Amino acid sequence: MSTQVPETETETEAETEVDHDEPLAPAQEERMRKKAEARADREERARREAAERADSDDDTVHLKVFRFDPEVKGKQEPRFDDFHVPFEKGMTVLDALIYARDTFDSSLTFRHSCRQAICGSDALFINGRQRLGCKTQLSDLDQPVRVEPLPHAEVEKDLVVDMDHFYDQMEAVEPYFDADELPDGELDEQRQTRENREKVKMSTRCIWCGACMSSCNIAAGNNEYLGPAAINKAYRFAMDEREGEDRKQHRLNILEQENGVWRCQTQFSCTEVCPKDIPLTEHIQELKREAVKSNLKFW
Amino acid sequence: MYEHDVIVVGAGGAGLRAAIAAQEEGADVAIVSKLHPVRSHTGAAEGGINAALREGDSWQDHAYDTMKGSDYLGDAPAIETLCQDSPKEVIQLEHWGMAFSRDDDGRVSQRPFGGLSFPRTTYAGAETGHQLLHTMYEQLVKRGITVYDEWYVSDLAVTDEERPEDRTCHGVVAHDIQSGELSGFRATEGVILATGGLGQVFSHTTNAVANTGDGVAMAYRAGVPIEDMEFIQFHPTTLPSTGVLITEGVRGEGGILYNEDGERFMFEHGYANNDGELASRDVVSRAELTEVNEGRGIDDEYVHLDMRHLGEDRIIDRLENIVHLSKDFEGVDPLDEPMPVKPGQHYAMGGIETDENGETCVGGLYAAGECACASVHGSNRLGGNALPELIVFGKRAGAHAAGKDLGTAEIETGQRGEYELGEVDTPVQPGEVEPAGGEGDAVADGGVAADTGSGDGRDIVERAVVRERERVQSLMEKEDGLQHAEIRSDVQESMTRWVNVFREEDGLKQALEDIAEARERYQDVFVKDPSRTFNTDLIQTLETRNILDLAEAITLGALARDEFRGAHWRAEHQERRDDEWLKHTMLSWNDGTPELWYKPAILEGEDKKYEPKTRSY
Repeated sequence: MSTQVPETETETEAETEVDHDEPLAPAQEERMRKKAEARADREERARREAAERADSDDDTVHLKVFRFDPEVKGKQEPRFDDFHVPFEKGMTVLDALIYARDTFDSSLTFRHSCRQAICGSDALFINGRQRLGCKTQLSDLDQPVRVEPLPHAEVEKDLVVDMDHFYDQMEAVEPYFDADELPDGELDEQRQTRENREKVKMSTRCIWCGACMSSCNIAAGNNEYLGPAAINKAYRFAMDEREGEDRKQHRLNILEQENGVWRCQTQFSCTEVCPKDIPLTEHIQELKREAVKSNLKFW
Repeated sequence: MYEHDVIVVGAGGAGLRAAIAAQEEGADVAIVSKLHPVRSHTGAAEGGINAALREGDSWQDHAYDTMKGSDYLGDAPAIETLCQDSPKEVIQLEHWGMAFSRDDDGRVSQRPFGGLSFPRTTYAGAETGHQLLHTMYEQLVKRGITVYDEWYVSDLAVTDEERPEDRTCHGVVAHDIQSGELSGFRATEGVILATGGLGQVFSHTTNAVANTGDGVAMAYRAGVPIEDMEFIQFHPTTLPSTGVLITEGVRGEGGILYNEDGERFMFEHGYANNDGELASRDVVSRAELTEVNEGRGIDDEYVHLDMRHLGEDRIIDRLENIVHLSKDFEGVDPLDEPMPVKPGQHYAMGGIETDENGETCVGGLYAAGECACASVHGSNRLGGNALPELIVFGKRAGAHAAGKDLGTAEIETGQRGEYELGEVDTPVQPGEVEPAGGEGDAVADGGVAADTGSGDGRDIVERAVVRERERVQSLMEKEDGLQHAEIRSDVQESMTRWVNVFREEDGLKQALEDIAEARERYQDVFVKDPSRTFNTDLIQTLETRNILDLAEAITLGALARDEFRGAHWRAEHQERRDDEWLKHTMLSWNDGTPELWYKPAILEGEDKKYEPKTRSY
């Protein structure tokens, strides 16, 4: 590829082993000078921004963020760090955490990705309640805003918790569709009524964020309890009319085991915190009724 | 070292589909992904999945629409494969239980989308991607496929023969994010890159924070050509404050765009007199920005998208998710008032060059999904064509890697056949600051080792691991320097300013200068967090390097292409020039210096040739 710049590769390579007693090649000198200027500009800008922040205390949000790192001295004892983040209208807790990390402390660790409440990776304990960081407006919260990892899960570092137990429970309910028979043609659909789709719709919205499990007192005291998310996942299939009776019975058998639906004490905390508004407690109650009905048949 | 027959990198739609297909062919397959599969960005897709399922529609019509939408820069063999395979693949998802929206007769619902001559966009409310992702993950669980989640793949283990066409990929190097462990993964039959989009090259994007184009950048540095990178799709309806996507389904259902004067500008200002709001995405994006630039935008920034007249029942039935997004992220209840929208980066049409079986020119290396460019989208992707691409080409790549015979591909990859070298005047030298085999280069030094070593690729993987370990060590050992976040955000802002919907020569050159400066600064980057546990500082520092390489590739391609085609608009060149530009922009890394070349677009289909026509809507 041709370029308009006369700089050659040899000059570029020379920079790595530059001997400062030797005069620099003009192009290289020019580049070093530009680099230094650019750095001075950036430092100046950072100073200016910091000064602006200091002048506008009213427009900052005070975050108290949980910190812990098993490997790093000084973070092995859990503590809270304070961050003062400049506030802009519409700012969410996740926005503030990102600002704090990118500006003040790059070791601040939390999961996040889609920032639109669909990947489910940034469920946190914010001002004493399980919420998605990306979906929580700072303007709705009292200050200082306390940000902690999800309770009842092992903390790996800062706001990151171990999700393995949650995933294990989700996968324990055989969470996959299993119709009795498929249509003959590979282009034929298994028709489903609009009503039936509507029936399972809310249950399909789960984003596996773990907020419900974290809020559930029963799950906290009993590691074997399937928990609201997994039971909701089972509901999604048990209520789908396209799966046959045998399969439904098999699903109910899983759900009425010792640590299934009967452990739920209808405290509604899962339903309260669900960021996708899934009526989890209702789904669990409905499955209890189904389980009773199916057992009555055999008596 | 971990070993599997097939290794899939990435666990979105394409990766999951590839893994299922490979396993069905009898392969021992594993997925290595930096996110747990259900966190993948496929879940954020809203509108739907195109497939010619109904009486009155045909795959040929779908192919014609796609070729027209691409502005005749798609490759016919890839487009026809997409349109032929997608009905079967969509019904496969239905058979796996995906919760599609339903018509009164119980069949899956379809709706109109931009640039389509038939309402063939099959959907699940405004959460089609979420339903698709979860349905496929369920199938993965059912099959017990191994997933290494929260493992970040940062390099490919590729031999270093001089010509990329002679090289072989033996595996990947990955970091266990949770423990900091660095390990090699050897693939005996193939590596499939399914790492998704690169929206994080820009500051205003619908893409997830994880979408840093890792797969494209790794393949590029390993010598695989990347294709048509200048074609970036800007989605016309994103929320101004965050870039959150408002699906095209809103316009498909009848949503209307208004400017500050309350004019329905798509018609009243003549941007698309036939299709109005349902013109192709590039057309609508330019129309919106023209309104803003000519002073008819709202707050000098955005326009209004109004769906109130559809009525609450229909909105809740088909677009409920949009109501939540608009309320939660913009504070606007679209049942009561119009939503503010503006264009935002949405999709990369270009990517790793593959054929219609997902193969790259490097032996054993495949790519599928947004990171790949089999060239189904050409210079502009039609809404609803990304999800069928994931499942069609994900499946083909997975099956082919596991040994299934899919027939000989018609698309040639690598520098073969009819190609020409290109030139472009750049204000600065593109490529690495220290080029030519510096320690940062991704190509394995295994050409010779492959002869003297075990010969099964283990040594190639081992060497790649050693080199990556050294790279990480040097980043971690530095005690001072710059942090990635600052470099990253400067590049993102420069790209959004200069390489956006409207592009001018001086601006593109400015972007190249900004990127070159960022490369210089990246020499001083260091990782402040000393911990091995969940070190996102380290991972993001590695990602930032990918953003730099891809930003440069996009800008170089855009500067070189002095015509107006699809999503690529040039101030100085307002004509589509078919005589010169019916060809794909190709970039090869060549040890740190990008080489520009071209290969012709294939307009010859199975039994017809697609003749370029003026694209009007």
